[in-house]
Amino acid sequence: MSEETAPLYQKRIQIYPRSVKGRFRNLKTGMLVLAYLIYYLLPWLRWERLNAPDQAVLYDLPGRHFYIFGLTIQVQDIFWLAGALIIFAILLFFVTGLAGRVWCGYFCFQTLWTDLFIMIEHWLQGERPARMRLDKGPWNREKIIKKGGTYAVWLLVAFWTGLTFTMYWTDAPTLVVDTLLGRAPYPAYFTTLFLTATTFVMAGLAREQVCTYMCPYARFQSAMFDHDTLIVSYDTARGEGARGRAHLGKGLKLREERQAQGVGDCIECGYCVQVCPVGIDIRKGLQYQCISCALCIDACDTIMDNLHWPRGLVGYTSENALNGRKTTLLKPKTVGYGVILTAAVGILTWSISTRALYTATVEQIRQPLYSQLTDGSIRNTYEIKLNNKLTAPLTMGIGIEGTSSAILDMEGMERIELEPQGRIKLVARVQVPPDPTGVDEEIDSITFVIQPVAGVTADPIRREVPFSRPETD
Amino acid sequence: MSENTQNKQQGPGAVQTTGHAWDGDLQEYNNPLPRWWLWCFYGTVVFSVIYWFIYPSWPVGQTWLKGFGTVSYTVVDKATGKEKPQEYRWNTRSLLLEDLDNAANNAQRKAMLAKVRAASFDEIVKDPKMMEFARSVGKGLFGDNCAACHGRGGEGVVGLYPNLTDDDWLWGGSMAQIHQTLLQGRNGFMPAFGQVLKPEQVDDVAEYVLTLSAETRPSDASERGKEIFQGQVGGCYYCHGADAKGLASQGSANLTDKIWTVINLPAQKALQDKKNLLKTLVANGVSNTRIMPFWKGRLQDDDIKLLAVYVHQLGGTK
Repeated sequence: MSEETAPLYQKRIQIYPRSVKGRFRNLKTGMLVLAYLIYYLLPWLRWERLNAPDQAVLYDLPGRHFYIFGLTIQVQDIFWLAGALIIFAILLFFVTGLAGRVWCGYFCFQTLWTDLFIMIEHWLQGERPARMRLDKGPWNREKIIKKGGTYAVWLLVAFWTGLTFTMYWTDAPTLVVDTLLGRAPYPAYFTTLFLTATTFVMAGLAREQVCTYMCPYARFQSAMFDHDTLIVSYDTARGEGARGRAHLGKGLKLREERQAQGVGDCIECGYCVQVCPVGIDIRKGLQYQCISCALCIDACDTIMDNLHWPRGLVGYTSENALNGRKTTLLKPKTVGYGVILTAAVGILTWSISTRALYTATVEQIRQPLYSQLTDGSIRNTYEIKLNNKLTAPLTMGIGIEGTSSAILDMEGMERIELEPQGRIKLVARVQVPPDPTGVDEEIDSITFVIQPVAGVTADPIRREVPFSRPETD
Repeated sequence: MSENTQNKQQGPGAVQTTGHAWDGDLQEYNNPLPRWWLWCFYGTVVFSVIYWFIYPSWPVGQTWLKGFGTVSYTVVDKATGKEKPQEYRWNTRSLLLEDLDNAANNAQRKAMLAKVRAASFDEIVKDPKMMEFARSVGKGLFGDNCAACHGRGGEGVVGLYPNLTDDDWLWGGSMAQIHQTLLQGRNGFMPAFGQVLKPEQVDDVAEYVLTLSAETRPSDASERGKEIFQGQVGGCYYCHGADAKGLASQGSANLTDKIWTVINLPAQKALQDKKNLLKTLVANGVSNTRIMPFWKGRLQDDDIKLLAVYVHQLGGTK
């Protein structure tokens, strides 16, 4: 490397967000508490089920069942997951088109965990100036204790985050005990430690860089913006006035004085910049880094309230509103997204509510295709697979129809009880006796009728399967 | 081709190139590797040293470094069928065996096997769960040990290996009889009558046997054959029975049905060919050609029991 080579990458400038109080901060904190209550406590919630795990939400991969409260999703219904993901995607488009990056600002786990980690940092190291001082200062005892303590608490939170994620895939109390005693399975340790590491790195160290450089959603959300989209914006006309913004200097203390001199309402306190978790200056206009967390609104509102000036110098607005035009919410785009969203939710709800209570398949055993018996009968053998999707026992009856001469033989298993969520494979033999009159009934297919006879009432399942016979010459 | 040229860009801010230029102006930047990449690389180097010591690795003379890790699991002794604990060096195969050992469905399999072991054949047939288990285990055992002769689905080869999916059983088709066949094996035998009977008598017997399964109508020849069959001259009824339906204790064939196991009669279209085939059989008999091997000691008792259930559900009788 030669001396004059310029660095290719700009080194990251550490951001020290200042804390702020206000309505959006309260909203965010409320959201954070709610999300964490759900995330951390849900795996511990129990749910009584017959013949199945008692965890309210459990993604049981080895058992091939997803348990979500009263709903049990079996492997053949996994396409509902695709439906749910489509709904989430359209919901994101819909909300972003209407109200901007609401997801980023209030709900995204990157935002939530970064927020939590900053809170911990603030609690142990103090407010923004204290943190900056600590970072600049030498590695003395105070710095080691404060920095080390912060990292330790972060690590603890990150570990519990990773462990909680793993709890959704197995029995939570057992997993916690096994993990702490060192006898949990390798995949559990890997998942937990991997997520511990990512949580620590993403929320503790990388923070806003995830949103700015890594996240694809952050980028393509801006493609959904239009002039009516709700954005966090600085009212340039009011803030700058005719001669720009100015500090509360001599003769510029009152709003009337400033207006008389053509100075705007912004007093250059810099609070909106200091609270920003992504380190931008909102007064420079809409920027791609902005996650619409609205903390700058809280900051500016606090200052305006102190000065007894009207709020809203920084606020939620749209480009059109800023330029004095009307904001239309009912645009073809939003209406379109709304219609698709409603349809997707409707279809998924319909699919879940009308799901089959049981499934049955019948397959001909093809080696050999048929057997000739001593009395000249032709026998075909079939494998029947029954699957009870209910969380209650179910008794099924199996029969054949459409033929008078064929005989079904299942060794007494024509009527079978399935345990809750139970499945079974049965063998069915169908025999067609030789016709003494020589007018052989040309049976080339058999229709199985499978229906519940006890447990629930449901329509029978009919399965037509081929019946093979020797070729006559 | 590349030529060594001076860097085109010089001065502050210029990125160093490798000094090669292709097609006059194509150059290659000589950027340093990203630092995170380098650190990951150094990390793997350090880790490889740790790995050498913990896990089996380097050859040393006639042996190799054994590593510190061991894995314990249980193995089944092939001869006795008993389980015994085993400890072996850490490797992915040991880990797989340990995983299989600890898997939830292994416990289910063991419980099911114990249940089948304790149950009688009648109980197994009536229990859908045990039948499902026997079919799934039996299918694998059958494929490994039986399918070579009897075919993948037990369909056999007419004239050579019995079809197990029909209801015609030489040695009996009940589950207990099939179990017995599997345990001790069978050796099909029929004396040769070529020396005992005159050729025309063999002819008559063949004629009679063909009437039994309605291949031909009774005739004078068949009446003569009947006398030989049912009388002291041939004495065929000793084994095939007076009704010619065979005896399971002798493994003798039922001659009254359309199913042929020792010769492939249905494959012959002309009556004369069928008769010739039958005559050859009566004259030469069956000796040391139709042997079913015994499986006791070669397969575990549990496996033989499961196989009996499996074969029985293919086409067994009561």
